[in-house]
Amino acid sequence: MAAPRSFTWTRRVFLTLLTGFVLLPVYVMVSSSLKPLEDVSSQFHWVPSNLTVRPYIDIWSTVPLAKYFVNSLIVAGAATVCSVVIAVFAAYAVSRYEFRGKRVFSVTVLSTQMFPGILFLLPLFLIYVNIGNATGIALFGSRGGLILTYLTFSLPFSIWMLIGYFDSVPRDLDEAALVDGCGPLRALFKVVVPAAIPGIVAVAVYAFMTAWGEVLFASVMTNDATRTLAVGLQGYSTQNDVYWNQIMAASLVVSVPVVAGFLLLQRYLVAGLTAGAVK
Amino acid sequence: MTTTTASAQPGERTVGKSSPGTVRGPRRRPGRIRRIGLPYLLLLPALLLELLVHLVPMVIGIVMSFKELTQFYIRDWTTAPWTGLDNFTMSVDFDAPVGEALLHSFLVTCAFTILSVGLCWLIGTAAAICMQDAFRGRGLLRAIFLVPYALPVYAAVITWAFMFQHDNGLVNHVLHDQLGLTDKPSFWLIGDNSFVALLVVSVWKGWPFAFLIVMAGLQNIPKELYEAAALDGAGVWQQIRRITLPSLRPVNQVLVLVLFLWTFNDFNTPFVLFGKAAPEAADLISIHIYQSSFVTWNFGAGSAMSVLLLLFLLLVTGVYLFVTSRATRTPRAPRKPQERKTADV
Repeated sequence: MAAPRSFTWTRRVFLTLLTGFVLLPVYVMVSSSLKPLEDVSSQFHWVPSNLTVRPYIDIWSTVPLAKYFVNSLIVAGAATVCSVVIAVFAAYAVSRYEFRGKRVFSVTVLSTQMFPGILFLLPLFLIYVNIGNATGIALFGSRGGLILTYLTFSLPFSIWMLIGYFDSVPRDLDEAALVDGCGPLRALFKVVVPAAIPGIVAVAVYAFMTAWGEVLFASVMTNDATRTLAVGLQGYSTQNDVYWNQIMAASLVVSVPVVAGFLLLQRYLVAGLTAGAVK
Repeated sequence: MTTTTASAQPGERTVGKSSPGTVRGPRRRPGRIRRIGLPYLLLLPALLLELLVHLVPMVIGIVMSFKELTQFYIRDWTTAPWTGLDNFTMSVDFDAPVGEALLHSFLVTCAFTILSVGLCWLIGTAAAICMQDAFRGRGLLRAIFLVPYALPVYAAVITWAFMFQHDNGLVNHVLHDQLGLTDKPSFWLIGDNSFVALLVVSVWKGWPFAFLIVMAGLQNIPKELYEAAALDGAGVWQQIRRITLPSLRPVNQVLVLVLFLWTFNDFNTPFVLFGKAAPEAADLISIHIYQSSFVTWNFGAGSAMSVLLLLFLLLVTGVYLFVTSRATRTPRAPRKPQERKTADV
């Protein structure tokens, strides 16, 4: 459609302002991470006068950033893999079979999405502590406990989205496979899963981002050895000094993998949302 | 050279040796029991996890709210004495300090949520509509717009916290030093301004999700509708008002509900921005409950507040779903039966 002048101009102005708003913190992050400590501690300047890469070297020794990085990677990675696999099975069951309790299941799964995290935090904290006391399995403070928690965070959304996505894969396809002598699981993995790859990638991206960015449970349920990045970054502010340049450098370093991954896979996410959530 | 393959001792490790001859039972046609049991089997992992991490804790949380659960009983919470409704009456006694603080926090959260969701929706929808037609650089712009969504909360919010610093922050530098709008540099992370700071960060972080969903929704609107409208002489603004917005209605209903729940329950943003104790003007409910439970170690009171919060959210969601489904349902359509009574899973 041939847009009139008023519309193109409104659009241009609006999009420019919005881009500025979005990129402002990114600019601050990048520019401040290249300043020496005296500069970030005094008045803000748009253009750094003394450029230095020192913060990028110091971040690794001020706090054990590498350890936190590995912890985050393990926790988020494991939670993602598990939640995707479990969600694929559950969504396949809901999408392809009629069974008693199907509606109850869907409603329950969906409604856990609305509960405040704080509601689960206190009891889960006690459950993990008590399981630890009773059986010696350390869930509290361990990576395992955190993985378990995170994978259920993304699970409701993943199941919900995958049901929509599987529904959009024509039934004839896997029914043909069943007729050809495949078992239901083979039909799932040979036919339905390949056809639903965009949805599955979208779900995986979502699960990884949820786990990578979670703060509440990470700050209560980790100890020195299992601390994730979400908590670890607080280590750059000490009693005397706040190393803002290092905080910005570290923020940038921990953001790059997720942002890059997300931007690479965002097409899938949009496609997944179209088929799954938007219905 | 003879290779012994068949005799694997019980304790023997078979390192790096793939066993080609794994004995598989003959493939059976799925029997009746297997056919009926299969969906449950597929659901089992999800079900167990949901039970362990969501449903059981929820039940325990409700039980806890009836107990006097202070730090003395953490080791074995079941031994904590029952207090009946004490935790609840204390939470809703708006004349006493605890209840008054909770009410204040609740009202702050409501105001914050309404403003944040409204702005997120508005900006997200406007951006999605602006990006509907192809123009040069659209792909790049879309990627840029998704950056706040992709950045980890703590990295993004900590940057905002830096920008809102009193002495060395960008915001005061621009408002005071460069534009001279304020007499002296303001405090943004304490006092009344903290509400504004929290709102700005929340909108910055939240609108891309609205943008994503609306963009996805726009793809489902048939092009012919616009072509027909253009033939009839409708301008861009009219097309947006008459076609785009009404077509987005079902998408918006889901979107607004999800945004509402996420924003209302948001913990990460205020926690990273302000730390464990938020300033009064920005004391969101989840931080408030965290503070009541983990800082003053009164889990019973914290649970009671959580339960009240849950009841409120259930109520709002129920009313919202009822109203929106009535608004969109065609008059003739038969009422969907409400969920069956606890079908055994």
